[in-house]
Amino acid sequence: MLEIRVARRIGPLDLRIDLSLDGETVLLAGPNGAGKTTLLRLLLGVLAPDEGRIALGGRVLFDREQEIDLAVEDRELGYLPQDYALFPHLDVIGNVTFGLARLARSERLRRASDWLARLGASHLARRFPSALSGGERQRVGLARALARNPRALLLDEPFASLDPTARRELRASFRRWLAEWRLPALIVSHDPADASVVDRIAVMERGRIVQQGTAEELRAAPVSDFVAGFAASPVT
Amino acid sequence: MKAGVSAWDGVQLAGSALMGAFLILPVLGLVATLSWEDFLGGLRNPLLGPALRLSLFTTSSSLALVVVFGLLLAWRVARNPGRASRVLEAIAQLPAVIPPAVAGVGLLLAFGRRGLLGAWLDRHGIGLAFSTPAVILAEAFVSAPFFVQSAIAAFRRLDENLLVVARTLGASPFRTFLRVGLPLAAPGLVAGAAMSWARAVGEFGATLLFAGNLTGRTQTMPLAVYTAMESDLRAAQALSLILVAVAFALLFVLRRVAPAAMLPGTEARGA
Repeated sequence: MLEIRVARRIGPLDLRIDLSLDGETVLLAGPNGAGKTTLLRLLLGVLAPDEGRIALGGRVLFDREQEIDLAVEDRELGYLPQDYALFPHLDVIGNVTFGLARLARSERLRRASDWLARLGASHLARRFPSALSGGERQRVGLARALARNPRALLLDEPFASLDPTARRELRASFRRWLAEWRLPALIVSHDPADASVVDRIAVMERGRIVQQGTAEELRAAPVSDFVAGFAASPVT
Repeated sequence: MKAGVSAWDGVQLAGSALMGAFLILPVLGLVATLSWEDFLGGLRNPLLGPALRLSLFTTSSSLALVVVFGLLLAWRVARNPGRASRVLEAIAQLPAVIPPAVAGVGLLLAFGRRGLLGAWLDRHGIGLAFSTPAVILAEAFVSAPFFVQSAIAAFRRLDENLLVVARTLGASPFRTFLRVGLPLAAPGLVAGAAMSWARAVGEFGATLLFAGNLTGRTQTMPLAVYTAMESDLRAAQALSLILVAVAFALLFVLRRVAPAAMLPGTEARGA
């Protein structure tokens, strides 16, 4: 369970978020400037909340009152940025084993190969990121994040840089994978079609969660123009 | 319209030709006015051996100092924007705009026997001025900005997401620097180190004032050229040609190893 209760003020943005993910997948939608990226940065530990608490599976990642603020590398979060951020100087296997430095070499390779196989990317192991398509990069980035057995996944626009065909295919794969792993996953997205991947949608506007629910629930009683527009878009 | 373009082309061509001729003529002068015999004779000059050895030793030492401390400073400045970083960056640029002779006086007043830090060092039996370590300090001082600037620029071009992802994959800040920052900034770092080394090899003014001109101890190649000029122009010319050869070799290596990093504004790989 990922429990988020944070506040942070940056320039004109006054962010106050209260959100819980109980082994479910949530799509975080919202217009530009709503604070979605800021929220991701707060969760990752790149940015510190002014106040609040973040807990993951009973483990406190941040608590202003208790003065707990775990370093990024100790939060056990799997993170996939929009461009997938594969290390360009390492091949695919080098990318996936990067986070397994504490394991013995043979175990490292075994685990990386295992994840690449599960995501259908075994044949890419010796290629460099520059030689991969968008969809292949996404699979490798995901394998790299999952190989460390994270306690939650944070995905920033995971389908935005794919062509329409790859997008459809990977959304279907994602639905299957997320259902299989039962990991709390927060997917930041602009695209209403990404709602097909998740259990629930949380809409963020001007630093607040303004509405939560399934696509049908949002469509039935939207609280703002953005929610109405977002929920009304055809889901493919 | 067409005539205007042609005139402009002509101005460009004439300007380029004049500038190119001005830049290459001194180098041609060094090469064209020296016979092969004179060159070999110059190579036998007793100043050459000690000066060459000293230059190699002091410039590699100063480069090591500049790279190790410069990397730390550049990473700090590039990854922690703020007032302190801006001040630190300006300080690191300072030696590039200070005349070398002034740098020599400054080094003497800082590290000389009665200098700010030198007086304290002297009380502990450490005398820096007019010694080989003084040469290394002078070279490090004047050459540091070339490496530091290049390193800051290379580190700033790094994709922030790559560094964040490395941390989420369990890498400590130090491991992130070592395994992601350094390799991705490598072309810029190599180019900076080469430019910095070239500046150190040619260093003259600060060395003369702070370290003196003692054969075998503080007389580097440029100082040997200066000394040889007083008695034998041919010997000075031969020594100069060696420095020119070193410069050309460096330029050649730079264009091969780090072509992208030599062009301002080009992105580092993966940035």
